[in-house]
Amino acid sequence: MTAPAATVLTPPPPARATIPRTFGAMMAREARVMRKNFLSTFVRVLVQPVMFVFVFSYVLPKLGGGAMAGGPGGPTFSTILVPGLVGSSIIMQAMMAVIFPLMMELNWQKSITDRALAPVPIPLLAVQKIIAAALQGLIGGLLVFPAVLLIHAEGQSPHVHVENWPVLVVVMVAGSLLAAAGGLLLGTLLNPQKVQVLFAMVLLPMTMLGCVYYPWSALDHIRWLQVLSLFNPLVYVSEGLRSTLTPGIPHMPAWAFLLAIVGGTALLTWAATRTFTRRVLT
Amino acid sequence: MSAPPEPAVQTVELTKTYPAAGPRPEVPAVRGIDLDVPRGEFFGLLGPNGAGKSTTIGMLTTLVVPTGGTARVTGLDVVKDAVEIKRRIGVVSQNNTLDSDLTAAENLEFRGRFFGLGARDARRRADELMELFGLTEHRKGNPFEMSGGQAKRVMICRALMHGPEVLFLDEPTAGLDPQTRTNLWEVLRGLQAGGQTILLTTHYMEEAEALCDRVAVVDHGKILAAGTVDELKNAAGADTVITVAYDAPAPDQIHKLADRDGISKVEVNDGQVRVFATEPDGILGELVAIGAAAGVGVTDATQLRPSLETVFLTLTGREYRE
Repeated sequence: MTAPAATVLTPPPPARATIPRTFGAMMAREARVMRKNFLSTFVRVLVQPVMFVFVFSYVLPKLGGGAMAGGPGGPTFSTILVPGLVGSSIIMQAMMAVIFPLMMELNWQKSITDRALAPVPIPLLAVQKIIAAALQGLIGGLLVFPAVLLIHAEGQSPHVHVENWPVLVVVMVAGSLLAAAGGLLLGTLLNPQKVQVLFAMVLLPMTMLGCVYYPWSALDHIRWLQVLSLFNPLVYVSEGLRSTLTPGIPHMPAWAFLLAIVGGTALLTWAATRTFTRRVLT
Repeated sequence: MSAPPEPAVQTVELTKTYPAAGPRPEVPAVRGIDLDVPRGEFFGLLGPNGAGKSTTIGMLTTLVVPTGGTARVTGLDVVKDAVEIKRRIGVVSQNNTLDSDLTAAENLEFRGRFFGLGARDARRRADELMELFGLTEHRKGNPFEMSGGQAKRVMICRALMHGPEVLFLDEPTAGLDPQTRTNLWEVLRGLQAGGQTILLTTHYMEEAEALCDRVAVVDHGKILAAGTVDELKNAAGADTVITVAYDAPAPDQIHKLADRDGISKVEVNDGQVRVFATEPDGILGELVAIGAAAGVGVTDATQLRPSLETVFLTLTGREYRE
């Protein structure tokens, strides 16, 4: 390469690096990356719920195991599954959208230092990460809807209608934010070498015990598990979606899941921005 | 009459101590550094690994929080005015911190947009810089599939996207092969000739000598000396350092060399002798002869001509460890 004796740079075009503009540019970057990875994200988001509804709403009923969840005349199992699988997709996608990239950025690539040099306060960078991941969680939840509504055996179709749109929107949006904030918190606290612990100790129990496959009230007979489940954020998202999508199935009162989702989002966002700032600024 | 422009970088007693963590005691990484870098200067922080250079640059670029002293960049305080400082500086990190989800050109484009450029302006600016730095054919390349030199040039372009007032480079040529390093030097010289203020850290003596207007020699978190390379050499005696290792304790006659004109210091450490001399001719032969007369053989001998390496040796009494 031959370099000129003096590299006289033309001044850049006039720029207005306001905080909202920088924030918008960061979101545009996320959108560009999401667009590039859409196919792989799409497949990743859909495989697990599709497999579940395929086995529980199609294969088992065909084998004669598709009893009505609430006994004869009760709701189909696919009806119970719809809010749970949408909720689980929101939570998992939002968490994974922030945890794994963050571990790379903080530990291996160290590219977080570069993003931290953008002209915004570091806590706002954390908030941006939460919003970007929540967006992915939301998309993940929306993608699952058609799959869970359409895949089922004859007579096993889910009975779903939106009872309350504002509650549906609040639960989906705030649930995504809650999961993303939790993901950011875990991503800043977890040792990347122990990432398998995340699956074994956090994500798997959260999904299996997140009232995805049964309503929370069904745990009345296992009181200790019912109480323990209250520490699982997925329970509130599943129950919130159940209240508005399948209101005929018993569910938590709105004040309970809304308080947990909105309050939890505020609490986790506060904690995650603190741990994130501590990791980025040394 | 307008006031003179604020210095690009000014620090007073800048200190960073990392707190104890678990079994690790607290680490005083930077211990009271004073710097004054005027605009337009190419300034180097030179020191071995672990000397505190990267922590210093971290504080100046707002990513490391000082525990003592003050630091101002373009007249702004690094703690209170961090966001505004980030608008005014460009930083090239030691590691490849390019965004692996974006192409080289997109890395530049989004950097421009983070700093307030519109999408079209940012793309145009990215194209200009990539052409200037010979990267046009790599614009769609993945930054992690490029050679070290190419990735570093992309990082420099990225840091220049918004026209920073001060460019910080942390070990820009670490890990690069000599040819690529020389090429990158040309790039940096070109930038400086174009008026860019640059603060660079390096552990390569020859890099500091080749590029910097002024250099601060840093070790164990302190500045040992600062000035132009010539000033440093003069201040440290402009000595040639002759080191001889004997296969037995050095003979006593060696100490008499210290009285001789042209020899400023003689250090004896068991079988190792180090002579600091302004007139080095013949000394090495004499050291061998003294040893032979006392029945002691020479196992190793080196002669370092005046350089930053001998400055470091004179200032610290220790050989420079990269």
